[in-house]
Amino acid sequence: MRARQINWGFLTWVALVNTTVAATTQSSVDPAGPQAQHISQLWWVMLYLLTGVFILVMSLLSIGAFRRRSKAAETSGRNVIQTDSLRETKMARVVMGGVVVTTVILFALLVSSFIVGRTIYSIPKEPTVLTIDITGHQWWWDVRYENQVASQIVTTANEIHIPVGRQILFKLNSADVIHSFWVPNLHGKTDLIPGHPAETWLKADRTGVYRGQCAEFCGHQHAHMAFEVVVESEEQFQAWYESQLKSAPAQLTSSQSRGLQLFLSKPCVMCHTIQGTDAGGKVGPDLTHLASRQTIAAGALQNNRTNLSRWILNSQDVKPGNHMPPIPLNSEELNFVLDYLESLK
Amino acid sequence: MTPETATKTDDALHRELEKTWGDKPGIWGSLTSVNHKTIGKRFIVTAFCFFVFAGILAVLMRIQLARPENHFIGADLYNQIFTMHGTTMMFLFAVPIMEAIAVFLVPLIVGTRSIAFPRLNAFGYWIFLFGGIMIFVAFILNVGPDAGWFAYVPLAGPQYAPGKRVDFWAQLITFTEVSALVVATELITTIFKLRAPGMSLNRIPVYVWSILVMAFMVFFAMPTIALASTSLILDRLVSTHFFNPAEGGDPILWQHLFWFFGHPEVYIIFIPATGFVSAIIPTFVRRPIFGYTALVLSLISTAFIGFGLWVHHMFAAGLPKMGQSFFTAATLMIVIPSGVQIFCWIATIWSGRPIFKTPFLFSLGFFFVFIMGGLTGVMLASWPLDLQLHDTYFVVAHFHYVLIGGAVFPLFGALHYWFPKFTGHMLSESLGKVTFWLMFIGFNLAFFPMHILGLIGMPRRVYTFQAMNGWAGLNLLATIGGVVLTLGVLVFIINFFINRKRGELAAENPWGASTLEWATSSPPPSYNFLHIPTVAGRDTLWVQPEDQPVVVGIRSDVRQVLITKMLDAEPEHIDQFPEPTIWPLLAALSATGLFIGSIFNPWAVVWGSIPVTVSLIAWFWPKGRKAEERPPKEVQQNLGEQKLNAQEEAA
Repeated sequence: MRARQINWGFLTWVALVNTTVAATTQSSVDPAGPQAQHISQLWWVMLYLLTGVFILVMSLLSIGAFRRRSKAAETSGRNVIQTDSLRETKMARVVMGGVVVTTVILFALLVSSFIVGRTIYSIPKEPTVLTIDITGHQWWWDVRYENQVASQIVTTANEIHIPVGRQILFKLNSADVIHSFWVPNLHGKTDLIPGHPAETWLKADRTGVYRGQCAEFCGHQHAHMAFEVVVESEEQFQAWYESQLKSAPAQLTSSQSRGLQLFLSKPCVMCHTIQGTDAGGKVGPDLTHLASRQTIAAGALQNNRTNLSRWILNSQDVKPGNHMPPIPLNSEELNFVLDYLESLK
Repeated sequence: MTPETATKTDDALHRELEKTWGDKPGIWGSLTSVNHKTIGKRFIVTAFCFFVFAGILAVLMRIQLARPENHFIGADLYNQIFTMHGTTMMFLFAVPIMEAIAVFLVPLIVGTRSIAFPRLNAFGYWIFLFGGIMIFVAFILNVGPDAGWFAYVPLAGPQYAPGKRVDFWAQLITFTEVSALVVATELITTIFKLRAPGMSLNRIPVYVWSILVMAFMVFFAMPTIALASTSLILDRLVSTHFFNPAEGGDPILWQHLFWFFGHPEVYIIFIPATGFVSAIIPTFVRRPIFGYTALVLSLISTAFIGFGLWVHHMFAAGLPKMGQSFFTAATLMIVIPSGVQIFCWIATIWSGRPIFKTPFLFSLGFFFVFIMGGLTGVMLASWPLDLQLHDTYFVVAHFHYVLIGGAVFPLFGALHYWFPKFTGHMLSESLGKVTFWLMFIGFNLAFFPMHILGLIGMPRRVYTFQAMNGWAGLNLLATIGGVVLTLGVLVFIINFFINRKRGELAAENPWGASTLEWATSSPPPSYNFLHIPTVAGRDTLWVQPEDQPVVVGIRSDVRQVLITKMLDAEPEHIDQFPEPTIWPLLAALSATGLFIGSIFNPWAVVWGSIPVTVSLIAWFWPKGRKAEERPPKEVQQNLGEQKLNAQEEAA
């Protein structure tokens, strides 16, 4: 009875894993790059091997506990079985055999783990490396594409565009507490520890949007500290990069320019930068190309007019405890601001 | 005692011993008690209450996570709740309840009248109780800690956690480490020096070995967390900069210190639980444990290796890769002693004749759940794989399989097993089986889906999640499982209240077990044994002859206790143990004042030390024992001879 239950448990396990992991954009067993690929191979090796071990040990236990026993066993007056030293020696041999097998399996796993570890950290370095600086903040991600020429540096937030098929170097830092940078479909985690700059390499083999999320508890809104990695073809990436280099549009409609005035006169300007305007705050995300992003508030909301107005009026409603204060605007002012923000393509 | 030998002299002896060793009557009696069974029961019930509180917090979390974007609990409260859940389960339930059961049982199993340092034992309980009350009062007043039970800096540091929340957490650690250390001292001393004559080291039951190993681990692990939590509180209260990177401190230092304690902590919880399994299995398969020596050596090597694994909690922190591989190897190595234990238990069951009573069912459940947790532990030990699984729900699943499977299932087995000894009544066997099946099914339903949630990207410690991630179904399943698990615990509590006073009366040895705690009445009298027993073999009650001698020559009108040698338990001398007293309670109260006061003002350490000093002086004030109460010197010297006389008399 017990054995059957166990097998069912494990069949369900394997079935569930195989079905639920398919086609998810935040899954470590649906790899989209070589690092995640190697790790997921290690995972499947371990899963099948250790499932076998589990079934074997459980079968031994079940047989041991439920096997039929001969009626007449040697028992003393206290109803205790008299142990037979010959049989005990035999059992000791079996136990020792079990320990030897366990040790061999563990050693094999150690070697395979070592090999995978070495593989994922010996990625061939390419001459023209794309380097992206990531800085974790409570509770958003600052993204900066390194370049020798200052005017060629792109700054954005919570959305990382990378070209397919290229090794990318990520330099990781934290502005406050410990965060952890994690895109399950591409690679495992690397912690962002204040005072300890870290690096990780990623490469994506297929285009698509992969979701990442902070993996180290970092306070109130740890749950809403996500980002997206947009993997696109080299041409698409270059086009995106060019557009991100531009300053905010100077040609504005009257309502857009009213919006900009409001942006510059309200608390917004204290924290946010919009290239090409007087707004140069460094506390919050750069908004120069806000309208080009898929999400706002570090993946908490889809980027659309309704969500944007919800966020501006009272972001505490969406992400309680986040560092942006509610901005009191009447509906007319709100519309101007929204018109302006939507122009920031 | 067979009825024939229960002579009138025994009756008189019983009355005299009861007068000498009993608690004083009334409320004063309970406040001044130093009896290890009174304190032990209190300790068990208190720790179990904390288990229930922390369990309720877990249910609240599961309700919040039952569906995406739920608004049942907000971020701020959720963060306090998950921190309180972890802190309470680890510091106020798991370690204390293992120590509490040992406080009750170990003196009985080694065959003595009292735990060593009984007043310190009372102090250990009170300080634990006050620490627990402090943290729950703080939580109710909305100053509960909210930086996780691991309190990583800088999030738990002065800059990012202003207010008093984390201070209460750091001081709770102080309370519990004091309590754990004093209890460990008593247990080690009891096991080394108070064993009944004849119980040489190679005859100590495996359960007692597990407690000895646990107590030594406490000795080495607790000073590390004491150092860490003290540095944290100094950073917070008087602006030292141990962990502040801006001033040359280092957040990674905290992680090393915390996990150098935190990983052994898991084994401090798990090792006594393996002791329960080693006590329960032989009784219910009716044969001595297979591989005694291998089991004891496994416990000891687990303890050693357990101190060399801590870096596997920090694989994502970017340490050098070669070092990571070293800790992967060390972590895999600890599977070997665990494997030895499991194979020995299976061999014991295989060659025994199982009786499927509730304690045995819990042991079988332990195998299923713990082995699965152990195997996911093997996965997490591999550092490349851990980079993906670390800090996800896979880890939540893993350590609940290890801790609930490895510790809570054996614990429930132990509570069903020793309940007759604790209370003198039997628990209902049918309700016990209902408890087991509800807990077993509920547990797997609640925690198995979390493995998959972790694989598909759900991080730990999130108060909510978004619908688009596809985590909703499995989370709902986990919540349903959590409810079933809770029902199981509820049935146990009902079983407890029904049978605590009205259950079927328990005989001395209702399960026919082999260890000495079953050689006295259920519940045991205040003095434990009418005559201190002697031990003829490893499975004491199964191998001893009918006319096994007892120790005489120990006075019954004063609290005399026989001290034996560490290796072979030969009688060494007689010591006199202290009377009940109020001072441990007052010392604990004044220490509590100092600890809590220091959260609000550093000067509390200065002024608070005055009442602490006064109460300690009163506690240790020489009593000037009457001359006739002192053990005569010749008894001390000639005790070995006396034991021989005793044997002759008995013969």
